[in-house]
Amino acid sequence: MLSRESLINILLAVLLLAVPLAANAYGEPFYVTLATRVAILALAATGLNLALGLGGLVSFGHAAFFGIGGYAAGILATHGFSGDPLFFGLSGTNQMPVIWLVAMVAAGLVGLLIGAISLRTSGVYFIMITLAFAQMVYYFAISWPAYGGEDGLSILVRNQFPGVNTMRPVNFFLICYVALMAALGLFVLIRSSRFGTALQAARQNEVRVATVGIAPYRIRLTAFALSAAMTGLAGALFADLNRFVSPSMLSWHMSGELIVLIILGGTGRLFGPLAGAALFVIFEYVLGGLTERWQFFLGLILLGTVLFARGGLLGLLAGKARHG
Amino acid sequence: MAEPVLQLSDLAKSFGALRATDGVSLDLRPGEIHALIGPNGAGKSTLIHQICGTLRQDSGTIRFAGQDIGHLGVSERSRLGLGRTFQVSSLASEFSALRNVMLAVQAQQGSSFRFFKPVMSDASLIDTSMAMLERVGLQDRARLPAAELSHGERRKLEIAIALALNSKAFLLDEPMAGMGPEGSKSLTGFLDGLRQEAPILLVEHDMDAVFALADRISVLVYGKVIATGTVDEIRSDPAVRTAYLGDHA
Amino acid sequence: MTFALALEQLLNGLQLGVMLFLMAAGLTLIFGVMGLINLAHGSLYMVGAFACAAVAAATGSFWLGLVASLACAAAAGAIIELLVIRRLYDREHLDQVLATFALILIFSEGTRWVFGSFPLYLDIPPLLQGAVALPGGAQYPVYRLAIIAAGALVALGLYVLIGKTRLGMRIRAGESDREMIGALGVDIRTLYTVVFALGAALAGLAGAMVGALQSVQVGMGEPVLILAFVVIVIGGIGSIKGALLGALLVGVVDTMGRLLLPQLLTLFFPPSQAGMIGAAAASMLIYVMMALILAVKPRGLFPAAHA
Repeated sequence: MLSRESLINILLAVLLLAVPLAANAYGEPFYVTLATRVAILALAATGLNLALGLGGLVSFGHAAFFGIGGYAAGILATHGFSGDPLFFGLSGTNQMPVIWLVAMVAAGLVGLLIGAISLRTSGVYFIMITLAFAQMVYYFAISWPAYGGEDGLSILVRNQFPGVNTMRPVNFFLICYVALMAALGLFVLIRSSRFGTALQAARQNEVRVATVGIAPYRIRLTAFALSAAMTGLAGALFADLNRFVSPSMLSWHMSGELIVLIILGGTGRLFGPLAGAALFVIFEYVLGGLTERWQFFLGLILLGTVLFARGGLLGLLAGKARHG
Repeated sequence: MAEPVLQLSDLAKSFGALRATDGVSLDLRPGEIHALIGPNGAGKSTLIHQICGTLRQDSGTIRFAGQDIGHLGVSERSRLGLGRTFQVSSLASEFSALRNVMLAVQAQQGSSFRFFKPVMSDASLIDTSMAMLERVGLQDRARLPAAELSHGERRKLEIAIALALNSKAFLLDEPMAGMGPEGSKSLTGFLDGLRQEAPILLVEHDMDAVFALADRISVLVYGKVIATGTVDEIRSDPAVRTAYLGDHA
Repeated sequence: MTFALALEQLLNGLQLGVMLFLMAAGLTLIFGVMGLINLAHGSLYMVGAFACAAVAAATGSFWLGLVASLACAAAAGAIIELLVIRRLYDREHLDQVLATFALILIFSEGTRWVFGSFPLYLDIPPLLQGAVALPGGAQYPVYRLAIIAAGALVALGLYVLIGKTRLGMRIRAGESDREMIGALGVDIRTLYTVVFALGAALAGLAGAMVGALQSVQVGMGEPVLILAFVVIVIGGIGSIKGALLGALLVGVVDTMGRLLLPQLLTLFFPPSQAGMIGAAAASMLIYVMMALILAVKPRGLFPAAHA
């Protein structure tokens, strides 16, 4: 017997697949792009959810990893296109699998570095420090002119995936959809694994974890780096969706939005990021169509959610979250 | 005489001008219950924090299971087999009682860096954990979140966790606190048997329990151990009577 | 590089530091007393700048604008404290972050609605126009010196307020023991509103003063907010003294780094590359400094006892 939350999750997963396929069949590529945006943002927020939802690590700096993934895609593609070697004689590429790997490794390593320092602290210190380090990466991207600086970097032709014509929006959507589902699957595995047990326990009670002989720092640092890598992958896909990377992917606003996605959907839930991303993109599209000032209303909705509907969308639909 | 399992030598810790721990030496021998008593503010909590590693001593040594652990962190000391319970229950409150114990079993088995196998289908974790819950009589409450357990049940759960760690010594911080008379009685019976498994350093205010259980008692006043001895020696010690028991008797 | 240039940049660093102090003091006070992290502090800075620019444009007086900036920012602070913030004191930090992030969206878009998307400009008042000669021969704007002086006055004022007055005593009591202060018969809700409004007024003042140096526009508050976070992380959250020293340190290191790093790198790289690498490195300098300080002192230079 499936729980109500599982049914809603399945419904969300099916809807995210069905809507763009239908839109594609009716020749409405715009909605396919919208759905791709949902899938990618959900992937980025699922990455953050590893740290925030499972580990209770309120990172206000995940835009750094999102942007690093984006720049990895942009820089590799630029060199792949021009044929100029990158560095140490390495060449660029326009093969997505290679780009994804580089994006995840780069974001994961930076995550390891930022995490190693930030996780020495906790609470508001952690929030402020992750925010500050993301801002450091942001300013670096702006002041480093080689890859566009403030103006950003265009990807002239969308990168390729073996055997798939990625220029067709629906194909690219499917790639992103599969990536999201794989990430959610990984999230489920991690959540119920030994590692996930220790990570969630460290969120609930750090002293308890140390007292059974597990050092919370190493668990959290690993989770933070994994989380960064997953968000980095989303960044690479986002760059390919827009065929453009700019420092705005690295901005504090982006970090805030990623947290917002999780909260709108429902904190600590597997499908919270997807529900939140869908809601966010729909708000953006519907409200944005009505008024240029849609973020004003987004702010009001968010404020209402935090103050009065703490469980987010899934909390309203599926009731309280359960734990094993 | 057997080598002590836990040995504190000349331990000292000050907070500014306050000497919270002032040259404390005491030991815990195999098979015994060693009770640590003293009035509020005597420095019992500070001492426990130093033994567990949440506070670092200013000077003195802590030896446990044959090695100096004074410089180790909390989790390292736990891994060596120092099992403790808390004055105020400290559990992963969203997790079930079972998963709380499973956390300890997985720590005991070695690695928490396994990312794929679900713990809830891992018989090696579940069976051991259920056995621990049975020992403290919580098997019927195994699937309840820790937050929904009663006060007494949370105490028992902490003990089950300490058992799961194969502890070489137990450090129990006021296990009787907040237990009703019935609960105290059954817990006293349980601890009486537990000492066979590993010695217990028992910090306790409940004097009935202390006198019923303790092989030796140390009395801590203003950060100093003013007396150590058997129940009868402590009862008749004049210094103890004036400094401490006098207030209660 | 001449001595005059170095002195000029040092003063610029001080001026940046003073401005950061005005932001950081409010943030750290609010965290110290109420345990709240307020992302919308940058919005209050923006409110101060817009109020000053709008009133100065309408009346022709910068000074009236300055008064308006204090009043508007304090009022905006008091209003959001009453409507939103006080519901957050008992919540976890995540909720505080999100609710105040929502406030940023509301403030930013609300301001765009009222003032449009184009920046406003604010003129330096006639009294403070012009420049003075520095030792070494350079000319330095009087207005920037006035900002430094104003910051010094505010720092002194805060020192007196917190150290010597009844309100300050209550604030200190609130920092060390929240139950205690209720037991003393102090109306804690009013105290919180007052502290929040005070912090807001300081942010508004900073925004107004900087408004005459840069353009006044939506989004001006957040980069300053994040720098102020760096400041209080370095200084120790909850410590006004830490905020002051942290602010001056960040202000001077950032400004001097931008001057010196590119020059330093010319020793190792050809000039064109040195400029580029130096500029990029300088933009990261204060964050690296923060990381180094945290590596040694995870709770900042002056950790508050309770935080």
